[in-house]
Amino acid sequence: MYAQMIKTAGTGVKPREEMTPEEAAFQDRIDADIKIEPKDWMPDEYRATLVRQIGQHAHSEIVGQLPEGNWITRAPTLERKAILLAKVQDEAGHGLYLYCAAETLGVSRDELTEDLLSGRMKYSSIFNYPTLNWADIGAVGWLVDGAAIMNQVPLQRTSYGPYSRAMIRICKEESFHQRQGYDIMMKMAQGTEAQKKMAQDALNRFWYPSLMMFGPSDKESVHSAQSMAWKIKIDSNDELRQRFVDQTVPQAEYLGLTVPDDKLKWNEERGHYDFSEPDWTEFFNVLKGKGPCNTERMNGRKRAWEDGAWVRDGLMAHAQKRAARKVAAE
Amino acid sequence: MKNEWPLWEVFIRGQHGLSHRHVGSLHAPDAEMAVKNARDVYTRRNEGVSIWVVEARHITATNPGDKGPMFEPSESKIYRHPTFFDIPDDVGAM
Amino acid sequence: MATKDHSADLFEFLLRMGDNTLILGHRVSEWCGHAPVLEEDIALANTALDLIGQTQLWLGLAGEVEGQGRSADDLAFLRDAWDFRNVLLVELPNGDFGQTLMRQFLFDAWQELMLDALKGSSDARVAEIAAKAAKEVAYHVERSGDTVIGLGDGTEESHARMQAALDYLYPYVGEMFESDAVDAAMAQAGIAPDPASLRDAYDAKLAAVMGEATLSTPDDRFTHNGGRTGRMHTEHLGHILTSMQWLQRAYPGASW
Repeated sequence: MYAQMIKTAGTGVKPREEMTPEEAAFQDRIDADIKIEPKDWMPDEYRATLVRQIGQHAHSEIVGQLPEGNWITRAPTLERKAILLAKVQDEAGHGLYLYCAAETLGVSRDELTEDLLSGRMKYSSIFNYPTLNWADIGAVGWLVDGAAIMNQVPLQRTSYGPYSRAMIRICKEESFHQRQGYDIMMKMAQGTEAQKKMAQDALNRFWYPSLMMFGPSDKESVHSAQSMAWKIKIDSNDELRQRFVDQTVPQAEYLGLTVPDDKLKWNEERGHYDFSEPDWTEFFNVLKGKGPCNTERMNGRKRAWEDGAWVRDGLMAHAQKRAARKVAAE
Repeated sequence: MKNEWPLWEVFIRGQHGLSHRHVGSLHAPDAEMAVKNARDVYTRRNEGVSIWVVEARHITATNPGDKGPMFEPSESKIYRHPTFFDIPDDVGAM
Repeated sequence: MATKDHSADLFEFLLRMGDNTLILGHRVSEWCGHAPVLEEDIALANTALDLIGQTQLWLGLAGEVEGQGRSADDLAFLRDAWDFRNVLLVELPNGDFGQTLMRQFLFDAWQELMLDALKGSSDARVAEIAAKAAKEVAYHVERSGDTVIGLGDGTEESHARMQAALDYLYPYVGEMFESDAVDAAMAQAGIAPDPASLRDAYDAKLAAVMGEATLSTPDDRFTHNGGRTGRMHTEHLGHILTSMQWLQRAYPGASW
C-alpha cells in the first residue's frame, strides 16, 4: 500500500441529515457507483484528501525507483538487467499517471514535488529500507509489489474517475512486477547455498516492513470511515494485511524459506493465518524520517530535481523561442 | 514552478482501423516533444500505431452542470434505435 | 555468408558492436530514477533497454561465431577490461544530463549510419540484427538530436553546459571512424563498411544539429583512441565492470 496514514480532511463521516443538498447528491452518486469526474462538484475535504492520497501514492512510486534502481548496474545477467530496468521504468510511469490524476484536482506536479522535497508530503515507509543483496530485488517484487497490489486492485473501483483509470493502468502493469520478483526468488531459493542465504536474508528483512505497508489498524479510525464512505479507501488495513499474509505464506513455503515469525500459524477456526504484528514504534520512526534510508532517498530526489532545473528550463526556453520564431515567420 | 512544462492529453490508436482513444496525460515543452514523450510513456507495451497530442488547455468540455439540457433530451428519442421497430422474423436480416 | 577465413575478424567486429551497446546501455541505465523530469527518465530507460537488447544480439552472435560455447552473458560478465572493444566515448561518465545526451547524440549519429550500411551486409545474421536495431536507433538519434538542439538553443546556462559537453566529448568522436586490419577484412568480405567511409555523412549531420543548437564544433580533429582495438581503455571502464560483473565474479557458476 503506497498511501499510508492519509489523514482524511474533515471530522469524519457526516450524518445524512447534516449534509447540504449538494453533499447529499454527491454521496448518492458515490453510493450508486457513479464516478466523480474532475469538473464535477465535490466537497473540499474530498478533494483535499484525494490530493494527499494520490500525491503520496505518486511520490511512493518515484522514491520507490531508488531502492531497486540501486541494483540495475549490478544485475547479474543481461536479461535480468533489462527486466529490472523495465520494471523500475514502470514505477516512473506509475508516478507519472498518478501525478496526472492529481493534477485534475487543481494541483500541479511541480507543486506536489516541492511538497515532497520539503517534507510536507510523505511517501510509503517501505522505501526507506535498503536493498542489500540481489535477492532483495526478488523480495521487493514479490512482497512489496505483492502488498501494493492488494491495495491497488480494489482501488481500481475508487470513486474518483481519473484515479480509478490510473489504477487500472497500473494494476495491468503491476502483475508483471510481482511475477518477476517471485521468479528471482525461485532462482535464488533453488540455487547455491549462498543464493539461498541471500533469499532468506531478504525475506527476513522485508517481511515486517511489508506488513507495515498497510498501516496500523484503522478499525477505530474516523478518517478511514470517511474515506471508505467516499470510496477512496476500499478495505480496512487489517483486512488487507490478513489477505496478504494468507496469500504470501504458502508462497514462502513453496520457496522453502522461513517467514521470520514464531507465532505464524494457520488458524483453522478463523480460516486465516495468525501472525505477529510488526513493530509499530519502528514504523512511526520511519515515518518521522528515522528509517535506515530516509536521508538518502530524500537527497536522491532533491538532487534529481535541483540538478534537473536547468534542463527543464532550457527545453522550455527553446520551445518558447521556437514558437516565437514561428509566429514571426507567419 | 513558474516555468512548468505544459500539460498535454494523449490519444492513441491502438490498432489499425480503430479510433484514437484518450489514454492519459503528460508534460512536454512543445508538441513535438509531447509526441515523443507519449511514444516513450504510453506505448511501452506495444499499445499503439498512431499518437495524437493536444495541449490540455485547448480542450473545450461540456459543463457537468448542463448535463440535463445537454444529454437528457436524447433519452426520449428511443425511435432512433433499431430495436424500437418490430420487424417480423420472416423478413430476414435487416 | 561469412566464411571460416575471417571468423576471428568477424568475432572482433561483433565485439566492437556489442561492447559499444553494452557499455553505453549500462551508462544510460544509471540515470533510472535520477532524470530531471519523469518523461525523460522513462525515455532514457527506453534507450537503455534498446541498447541492452542489441547487446544480447551482437554478443550472442559473437559467441556463436567464436564457437567456444560462450554466451552473450559470458562475454559481458566474464571478460576483463583488456578484452573489451567499445570505443572510449561510451565509457565516459554520464556527467550532467546535457553531457549524457550529447554523448548519446554523438554515438547515435554514428550508429545510425553504421547500421544503415550493415543492413546490406553480406552476412545475413549481421544484416538481420542491423535491420532491427536501425529502427530503434532512428528514434534515438531523433530524440537525442532534438534534446541537444533544445538545450543548446535554450537558456544561457543550458547553452554553456552543452558547449562544455561538446568540447569535452568531441575528442572522442574520431575513434568511431578509425580503420584497422579488422575493418579492412570486414569491408573486403562485404560484411561491414570501412568506418572511415561514414565520416562525411556524420560530419554533415553533426553540422546540421550543432548549427540548430547554436553550438560550435571544435576545429581540432585530434582523437583519443584505443578502446575499439583494446590497446588502452579509460580508467572508467574498470569501475563499470567492477559493479556490472560483481555477482558473476563473486559467485562463479551460479544461475540467476
